[in-house]
Amino acid sequence: MYDVIVVGGGHAGCEAALATSRTGNKTLLVTGNIKNIADMPCNPSIGGSAKGIVVREIDALGGEMGRNADKSLIQIKMLNSSKGPAVQSLRAQADKITYPKEMLKTLNEQENLEIKEAIVEDLIVENNVIKGIVLENNERINSKSVILTTGTYLKADILIGDTRRREGPHGEKPSNHLSDKLREYGFNVIRLKTGTPQRIDKSSIDFSKTKEEYGDDRYLTFSFENKIYYDKDKQVPCHLIYTTPETHKIIRDNLNKSSMYGGLSDIKGVGPRYCPSIEDKIVRFADKERHQLFLEPESLYYDDIYVQGFSTSMPKDVQEKMVHSLPGLENAKILKYAYAIEYDAIDSKQLKQSLETKVIENLFTAGQINGTSGYEEAACQGLIAGINANLKLKGEKPLILKRNEAYIGVLIDDLVTKGIIDPYRLLTSRAEYRLLLRHDNADMRLTDYGYQVGLISENRYNNFNKKKENINKLVELLKNNKITPTIETNKYLEDIGTTPLKDGITLFDLLKRTEIDFSNIEHFINIDFTDEEKEQVAINIKYEGYINKALKEANKMVDLDNKLIPDNIDYDKIHNLASEAKQKLKQIKPTSIGQALRISGVNPTDISLLMVYLKKEYLYDNK
Amino acid sequence: MNDTIAAISTSLGVGAISIIRVSGNDSIKIVNKLFKGDNLENVDSHTIHYGFIMDNDIKIDEVLVSIMKSPKTFTAEDVVEINCHGSIASTKKILELLLSNGCRLAEPGEFTKRAFLNGRIDLLEAEAVMDIINSKTEKSLSLAVNQLSGGVSNLIIDLRNDIIKTLANIEVNIDYPEYEDIEQVTINMLKDNVINIRKKITEILDKSKDGQIIKNGIKTVIIGKPNVGKSSLLNKLLDEEKAIVTDIAGTTRDIVEGTITIDGIVLNIIDTAGIRKTDDVVESIGVKKSISLIEDADLILFILNNNEKINNEDLEILEKIKNKNSIVLINKMDLESKINIDKIENNNIIKISALNNEGIDDLKNKIKELFNLEKIDQKDYNYLCNARSISLLKNCLDLLNNIDEGINNNVPIDMIEIDLKEVWNILGEIIGVNYYDELIDQLFSQFCLGK
Repeated sequence: MYDVIVVGGGHAGCEAALATSRTGNKTLLVTGNIKNIADMPCNPSIGGSAKGIVVREIDALGGEMGRNADKSLIQIKMLNSSKGPAVQSLRAQADKITYPKEMLKTLNEQENLEIKEAIVEDLIVENNVIKGIVLENNERINSKSVILTTGTYLKADILIGDTRRREGPHGEKPSNHLSDKLREYGFNVIRLKTGTPQRIDKSSIDFSKTKEEYGDDRYLTFSFENKIYYDKDKQVPCHLIYTTPETHKIIRDNLNKSSMYGGLSDIKGVGPRYCPSIEDKIVRFADKERHQLFLEPESLYYDDIYVQGFSTSMPKDVQEKMVHSLPGLENAKILKYAYAIEYDAIDSKQLKQSLETKVIENLFTAGQINGTSGYEEAACQGLIAGINANLKLKGEKPLILKRNEAYIGVLIDDLVTKGIIDPYRLLTSRAEYRLLLRHDNADMRLTDYGYQVGLISENRYNNFNKKKENINKLVELLKNNKITPTIETNKYLEDIGTTPLKDGITLFDLLKRTEIDFSNIEHFINIDFTDEEKEQVAINIKYEGYINKALKEANKMVDLDNKLIPDNIDYDKIHNLASEAKQKLKQIKPTSIGQALRISGVNPTDISLLMVYLKKEYLYDNK
Repeated sequence: MNDTIAAISTSLGVGAISIIRVSGNDSIKIVNKLFKGDNLENVDSHTIHYGFIMDNDIKIDEVLVSIMKSPKTFTAEDVVEINCHGSIASTKKILELLLSNGCRLAEPGEFTKRAFLNGRIDLLEAEAVMDIINSKTEKSLSLAVNQLSGGVSNLIIDLRNDIIKTLANIEVNIDYPEYEDIEQVTINMLKDNVINIRKKITEILDKSKDGQIIKNGIKTVIIGKPNVGKSSLLNKLLDEEKAIVTDIAGTTRDIVEGTITIDGIVLNIIDTAGIRKTDDVVESIGVKKSISLIEDADLILFILNNNEKINNEDLEILEKIKNKNSIVLINKMDLESKINIDKIENNNIIKISALNNEGIDDLKNKIKELFNLEKIDQKDYNYLCNARSISLLKNCLDLLNNIDEGINNNVPIDMIEIDLKEVWNILGEIIGVNYYDELIDQLFSQFCLGK
């Protein structure tokens, strides 16, 4: 009898299994193939805009992805470094051999955690409560809680041109029955689609026709533990190329052969809008003369180059022509053809904010099964599902991050409140308060939670508290030190291109100026603090006005989120509620007025009616 | 929510009849207690009944009572409307009787609020209905109707479309920084954008001022020294237009002394301590009071005496009104001219004789000219004319100023964008949409991205 069974060993499954076993639960991780644990079947990178911040959040909560990415990166850069602090985000090329290897090592060393190779085809459910899983060979394994992180493996179909094969990535065996069983238990099963581009033999590419793209010339880490595993001078470059008019002609001439454009007539899966195939791009943006493609190295240990931007479901012969029309790839050898993959997922509106399903108690789901896309999106859900499975077993309240606390909160709230149509990717534009959800302050936002749920060690927590203390000390130091308009001071200020002083000014106020940074402050006073501490202080001082405005707005939302809707509310009793609103509210069962307001199809009028009703029926204070 | 409310729903003194509206669970029961005629508790919904409102045995008024039962009524509650003869005294008496029999006096707009809360109407409609109820002239009625059908909304929708394109471009720059061939929105591009948006919002606001004029009338003060002929001018204007004079407090804290209608536009003459009564009483008004009146007014009529020299007090007032909508009237042209007219710095000088009815038409034409009344007539009333929308638009202007400041201080574009997004949200609030997903949709339809 296990406490928790995690089904699936991808990024969600690894985080979930680590979170439950680290909090003392006897955990079993079931995967189709141990060799594919923490596999990266698509792009060889971790992070990116918004996603990089999620990795920092995972790290602050005590998850593994940040540390593991640090151990396996071969190139890293800070995106948007020319823009403001709110939108900066890390992106790394991760070695596809090292990343899974390091993760497997961590899993193997973890106490309370067992790994088993098997395909899961059913669940054991009694009175809508989960009791365990059933394997392909009918073996039954019991547990108090189950976390499904099946990725694309539910009825996976690989599509290339006019062929459809029932298999997962790498030709792995999919689960053929589990999604049917889920439907029988009451889940709405939807079909989604995604795709991946070709892999090219590195030695067959003429890189002289490409533009090199390097990482940053400084040391960067995802994890707040700041351990460096790479040599910044030995980072591996990516290469930028563009599609040619010939590429576009080949695609247009062969459009009817693409699985998605007529090659296959039975495609039901909805593909991601943000990640269209190259044929999609050429059809939808017909006037665009060329499209950017990136050649990304997959590993230091083998020669595959990933062609980012070139995903397609054309037949193999057309893919050959397409690839050879690209500059530098005239003689390229395709090692793996691009393919699209169709798979089953569940309707994420059937989940609670804790990622426990509303349909079966103690059953949690995370990752692509919930309709998301991306390693980072999967990992953070796995972590939250793991944390909440543990809290539920211990009879404690779930950890629910708010939209103003973490991108993870934005993601989960979007999933359970709005649902999805196409595979969901995080974007900074999905967050209302991205100025609060920064790369640099993820530890400030979330380390307390990580500590409370038992995933942050005492040692790390002490370091975190010391950092907080130092930040306060530094602010005090700046407030308590004044400079006066002496000739020397004003000369220095003019030299660095800022207005000279008329009256005395504290260093705190001086730092408010856009053109002043800590190197200038250090001209006047010795600052013995870490770069991270200085960064926190500088951002908070410089953007105080904007941050305060965001805080004010966020508080309004939090007020609404704190107005709870009782579980047993009967929406039929609210007169005049629009029928669409009534149906949505019944289906989604929002836990707060704030969440109800975010449901599309629920209008402010409906909310007013709802609040009036709550006030009347539950003596509810809606002030 | 369940108490029964009552209020006079027609403007006092304006119409030949007044309507008192009652809404709530007990509305039929309460009116029935006061009504002599059919037993209203037994009649069908949506029927009209003739009878009398009684104060015990005394007949207060001969009335028609409309019974409308829930839910097919304006508020979706039981509603009774009492049509009575328009006299202020009897209307007020009936309202008092209702209040003493269990009704509560409705707060301003409470009927509409109930209609909104009971799900009968949406927010924009609610506001427009309030405007229909409040409109005093035909023009303002059509303005209110136009708002319902979306005339204003279209202006704002266009503006939002412009903004969302820029927003989506900035968002794409942030979310897909590696895409070098997508145009990078720079501070300078944003600056042009801000100028353009500000111009459009200012236009809508300017038009809204016209809308305000149509709806609320032109707040007009008549000032001048004792015996220059203020009251005779006023009486002349009132006579001419057969204005309705009431003693009821207007929309502001000012007492409206009288209203004059010129081409369908209402001039609200603001009381300057009873100028209409006699010249003798007035005259305690010093320069100080005149100046405070000038501050608030939309139009100032300053009267001078043709028969007297201009003194320092007059000059002080002339200076104050120079940059406002003002007309200097030189009265008593029938008397000998002693005035030093060359000292008057004002483009709008009209010579009149209130006594002989000379120059009155010139004055009216001048007022039309000053307020573009001819033009307002031809416009399609695309104005925002409720206070909420106007104040929201003003918020937008404040935000645009912040953006400007941000641009000048080299604040990163993604922070400046926060304010621009807010402008877009507020505009959405005015027309009643606020879907964040719009932005995401725009992002994917406008740009080509992906792995």
